[in-house]
Amino acid sequence: MSELHQSSEAHEQSHHVIAVKTYVMIYWVLMALLLATVLASDMPLGGAHLLVAMTIALIKAILIVLFFMHVYYSAPLTWVTAVGSFLWVGLLLGFLLSDYFTRGWLHILGK
Amino acid sequence: MSASAPARHDGPPADYLSESTVKSWLLTVDHKRIGILYLISVTTFFFVGGVIAGLMRLELMTPRGDVLGSADTYNRMFTMHGVIMIFFFLVPAIPAVLGNFLLPIMIGARDLAFPKINLMSWYVYMIGGLMGVYILLHGGIDTGWTFYTPFSSMYSNTQVVTAALAVFITGFSSILTGLNFVVTVHTMRAPGMTWFRMPLFVWSHYATALIMVLGTPVLAISVVLVGLERFFGVGVFDPKLGGDPILFQHLFWFYSHPAVYIMVLPGFAVVSEIIPCFARRPIFGYRFVAFASVAIAIFGFLVWGHHMFVSGQSMYAGAVFSILSFLVAIPSAIKVFNWTATLYKGSIKFDTPMLYALGFMGLFTIGGLTGLMLASLAIDVHVHDTYFIVAHFHYIMVGGTVMAYLGGIHFWWPKMTGRMYSDLWGKLSALLVFVGFNLTFFPQFLLGYLGMPRRYFEYRPEFQVLNVMSTAGATVLAVGMVVPVIYLLLSLRGPKNAGPNPWNATGLEWQIESPPTTHNFHEPVLVTCEPYLYSPEEAEREYAHAQHDHVA
Repeated sequence: MSELHQSSEAHEQSHHVIAVKTYVMIYWVLMALLLATVLASDMPLGGAHLLVAMTIALIKAILIVLFFMHVYYSAPLTWVTAVGSFLWVGLLLGFLLSDYFTRGWLHILGK
Repeated sequence: MSASAPARHDGPPADYLSESTVKSWLLTVDHKRIGILYLISVTTFFFVGGVIAGLMRLELMTPRGDVLGSADTYNRMFTMHGVIMIFFFLVPAIPAVLGNFLLPIMIGARDLAFPKINLMSWYVYMIGGLMGVYILLHGGIDTGWTFYTPFSSMYSNTQVVTAALAVFITGFSSILTGLNFVVTVHTMRAPGMTWFRMPLFVWSHYATALIMVLGTPVLAISVVLVGLERFFGVGVFDPKLGGDPILFQHLFWFYSHPAVYIMVLPGFAVVSEIIPCFARRPIFGYRFVAFASVAIAIFGFLVWGHHMFVSGQSMYAGAVFSILSFLVAIPSAIKVFNWTATLYKGSIKFDTPMLYALGFMGLFTIGGLTGLMLASLAIDVHVHDTYFIVAHFHYIMVGGTVMAYLGGIHFWWPKMTGRMYSDLWGKLSALLVFVGFNLTFFPQFLLGYLGMPRRYFEYRPEFQVLNVMSTAGATVLAVGMVVPVIYLLLSLRGPKNAGPNPWNATGLEWQIESPPTTHNFHEPVLVTCEPYLYSPEEAEREYAHAQHDHVA
């Protein structure tokens, strides 16, 4: 019985209807972030260019995942899956960068 | 564990094999039939890869290159052997054959969550596989199965892009299977089939499916980037274009090390079913074994850099990867110790599947322990790219996965076909495989330790004795692989004599007909107890009773 209840709840969650107004609002936020990316590329940020661009991209991705992909209204398991996927990408990038950042630390004679 | 009430008998129910038209096979969405389609496909690729391995071993009988003609041909041979064995056999073998066939039945479901996606995964696999055959017939590829840049992206003039595309496509087959398993386990368990009542086979396949879904896309990205650089000059791996060749190794091993667990975890799945059944004891430490599968799936993603200790990767990153590689041994050891504890005071029967399972335990342990040696930075530098590595991963891949695959096929063959096979031939072939395998690969540990590099078709004369031993072992191993094909196929000519439960095993699959009907169960399943409720005392009493009857 409780499983039946859970499954009907999950069904409702997966079919949550998002108002058109919300979609439009997210769309304009994305456009604003796009503009921010373009403007940031012309600003004198030095080495922070990549960081700023990636941060804006991450915010855009999160908005798309939450609203356009309906994760915001989904069951907890969907949240776990979405967050887990991001963690896994973070894992790849984290270990990758740990290699890149520490390659020059060891001073080898003659090199 | 209990299954549905006895079937209603309005006439004999049709088993899943009753339809025999080509169309019924090619358009089937029945998980069992798709499992059989995979069985035929992956076994065919296994023998193609095996023939190539045989030719390589023939070449290595003598120190001079005198069989294959040129080093270039040899390069193409070992690459094709690796590509075929890994992407077209080892990765799909157990999940796509036994997993497809058994997972829904084991959790009391009629099918997987997405039956059509399941069929699509086979077609996608076959497209990749046929591209593999095309590559084989059109000159092959010489980069090694690892496709390392810059050789693959800049210099190799073989079928690199076609092979990359084939791997890319086949990867999607893996993703589809993984996705199907994850959703099925979450949504289609029968009432009463709680997470801790699931057979360990299902736990291991669930962990495998997680790796398939999380890791395979990175492999796809890696090979696409190789194609982009090769065709369009996009600088990703080429330093001249601003790229980094070691980046490819990072991306490749981010998938390919966890892929080792895609290959081995399903082997654990099979062994965890066979050992309690033939020791007549409940599995020791069920929850530890179950969580160890998930732990392996997670830790498996944290250790890829141990393939790159001599690549130019930072020593500091190397040290971290080394320590983490030691950690992954813990859940693997938990499994081996728990299987051993399961055997303790069991009423052990040495039927064919059990021989394979015991062989698996021994060989996987050797493979795992030599893996720990290789996880140590200093030892790895010494034996990197030598035959020590070749021996190590074959102990995991062949000693582990292939032994488990054969054990699983022998264990569930009566369920899949309804027929028993010759136990004598079964035991003989298991023995041949075990002896042949060790004779083939143990000398390679010594060769590697003595400094013989891998991937060369000529070698120094002092290595010949060990190479001849290895080739002789490969011959025995080949016989051990061919014999089961013969007696298993011959068994299909006999009557359906297996009965529902020839091994007196627990588990839902053993409570339905052999072969199962199309919908697996006749009535809704209700699970009321834990898995592996075996009793060694009862087995001993039955044995004594049987002996008494025999004497009388």
